[in-house]
This record gives sequence, C-alpha cells and structure tokens, in this order.
Amino acid sequence: MTIQVNGESRGVGEGQTVAALLQELDIRADRVAVELNLEIVDRNDFDTRSLCDGDRVEILSFIGGGAE
Amino acid sequence: MDTINDRLVIAGREFTSRLWVGTGKYKDFEETKKAIDASGAEVVTVAVRRVNITDRSKENLLDYLDPKKYIILPNTAGCYTVEDAVRYARLARAAGVSDLVKLEVLGDEKTLFPDTAGLIEAAKILIKEGFIVLPYTNDDPIVARKLVDIGCPAVMPLAAPIGSGLGIRNPYNLKIIMETVKVPIIVDAGVGTASDAALAMEYGADAVLMNTAIAGAQDPLAMAEAMKYAIWAGRLAYKAGRIPRKLYATASSPIEGML
Repeated sequence: MTIQVNGESRGVGEGQTVAALLQELDIRADRVAVELNLEIVDRNDFDTRSLCDGDRVEILSFIGGGAE
Repeated sequence: MDTINDRLVIAGREFTSRLWVGTGKYKDFEETKKAIDASGAEVVTVAVRRVNITDRSKENLLDYLDPKKYIILPNTAGCYTVEDAVRYARLARAAGVSDLVKLEVLGDEKTLFPDTAGLIEAAKILIKEGFIVLPYTNDDPIVARKLVDIGCPAVMPLAAPIGSGLGIRNPYNLKIIMETVKVPIIVDAGVGTASDAALAMEYGADAVLMNTAIAGAQDPLAMAEAMKYAIWAGRLAYKAGRIPRKLYATASSPIEGML
C-alpha cells in the first residue's frame, strides 16, 4: 500500500505500524511528533497504531529556531 | 544582592537564568551549544519542523541540547493563522515533554509583528487544553492585560521587530505593561547589543529572549557572554534603584575643609 510521509509517497507493508515506519526511517520515536491524517498519534500508541492505504503521515521534531 | 536566589518564577516553575536564547541562525549545532553555554541561558527556544526523511545523516538538535539540562521552549514560529499556531503547539507538546509553548501568531512577513487578535484566540484554545502559554506580543499594554486575563502566566512583548536589532523602540509602553500586569515580562525580539538587554532589565523586565543579536554577531560566543553580564548588570541596577535625573550638577566632594 502507499502512504504519504512528510509530503512524499512511500510504499509500506500492509498493516505497518507507526513504530515500524519510524524504525524503517531510522527515526528515534522519543524525539518526534507524529500526525496521522491531521490527528496527533500519542507516543504510547506508536506500537499499536497501524497505517492504512492513502494515509497522510507527518513526522516532526525540534530544530534550531528563535522566532520566525 | 544574592543573584543565585533571585529566581524568576513562571506558573510555579523556577528559572535560574533571566537570559533566554533562541537556537536559530547558528553555523552548526556545535556553535549553537557553545554560544548557549557562554550565555548561561537555561531556557532555549526551538522550532517544530518536518524531519528530513531522505537524508537521515543530519544530526538532531537534541543531541547537543540535553533536555535534562536545558528547558526546551518550543515556539510556533512561522505560523500566520490561529489554526496553524494551535496545530504546531500541539505537535510541539507531542514531540517534547512539557506543556510550555512560546505562542506566535504572526501578522505579516515584512514586520513579523504579532497578529494580536489571532494571538488571543489561539492562547484561549491552548490554555483550555492545559498549555502554559507564553505569548509573543506587541508592546501594547491593553493586549498584554487581555493575555493575562485569559490565563497567560507571563507576557513576551517585543522590543523591536524580530531580527531587527533596533533595541527598545518604546520604553514607555514597556513600562506601562510592567505596571499594568502582575506577571513576569519577558522582552522578546529586537535586541541588538548588550546595552539593549541591560536597558530592558533596568526598566524592570523579568527576562529577555534573544536569538539574532547573539547568533548574528561577528563573534557569537563573545556576544553570548556579553549578554549574560548585561542581563545581570541590568537586573542588579534595577534592584539597586537608580538615582533621579537632575538638570544641574550636585558636587560629590564636600565643600567643608576647603581653603
């Protein structure tokens, strides 16, 4: 199935979890926020929340910034 | 004065440093960390952005700024609508560990002045959701009062436009804000050099947040250190109480005993 991750199309296995996606992308789960179809996924649910075809996933973290 | 125990308290949280710094515009994370350490700042602001998923070689800011050592204050920089600001604040909370957020709702790209109507609206939503909202606002005492009335535990009025380095454009408004609201005032944005920071503290600000003044200086580490002393000098002068201004001279040496 195909999902959107940070605006880019990506093929993933059927029923893949958020945690598995992060692992595949080599992203530490404890430092990111994950938004699935505009809804924030609680970090405690990363292991159980599975993705569906067409899902839009946003993965965000902190970067250097002051204002604007 | 006992500078160690002169703590800033916001919403029950104690802050050891009255200089708060941003983490943007530095050459690299190494320089960011060195500058922050030279400034002695405990609170550091960060932005929330998409993770680069194509190039994972990029280092993470938190590899350099241990969240156990620093208080990470996420901002909603770059947000021009209430919806965006609220969305980013929620993402910041999900990515981090606290309810603290520096709320920005910007009015336009040229001035980066706050959209204060949007700011109040976004603050209301976030406060209801349990956020500790520190709002980046204009030097407007009425807006500051409204922000406090809806539950902001501090206000962050600008000294001048973000990154402008113009210094405090309207000290009288800042003073009115300090008299109007009974919460900590953190002067945010527009500081250019150490004397600007010292002045803000002499006026009675509780803290100053800056980024460009340090990161954009020719020697950021030296400027970071200068800012550390400026903040303390200003704070001490404020607590000490300055002499009144007079038009004419008053001799410091006694007349008695003169020939």
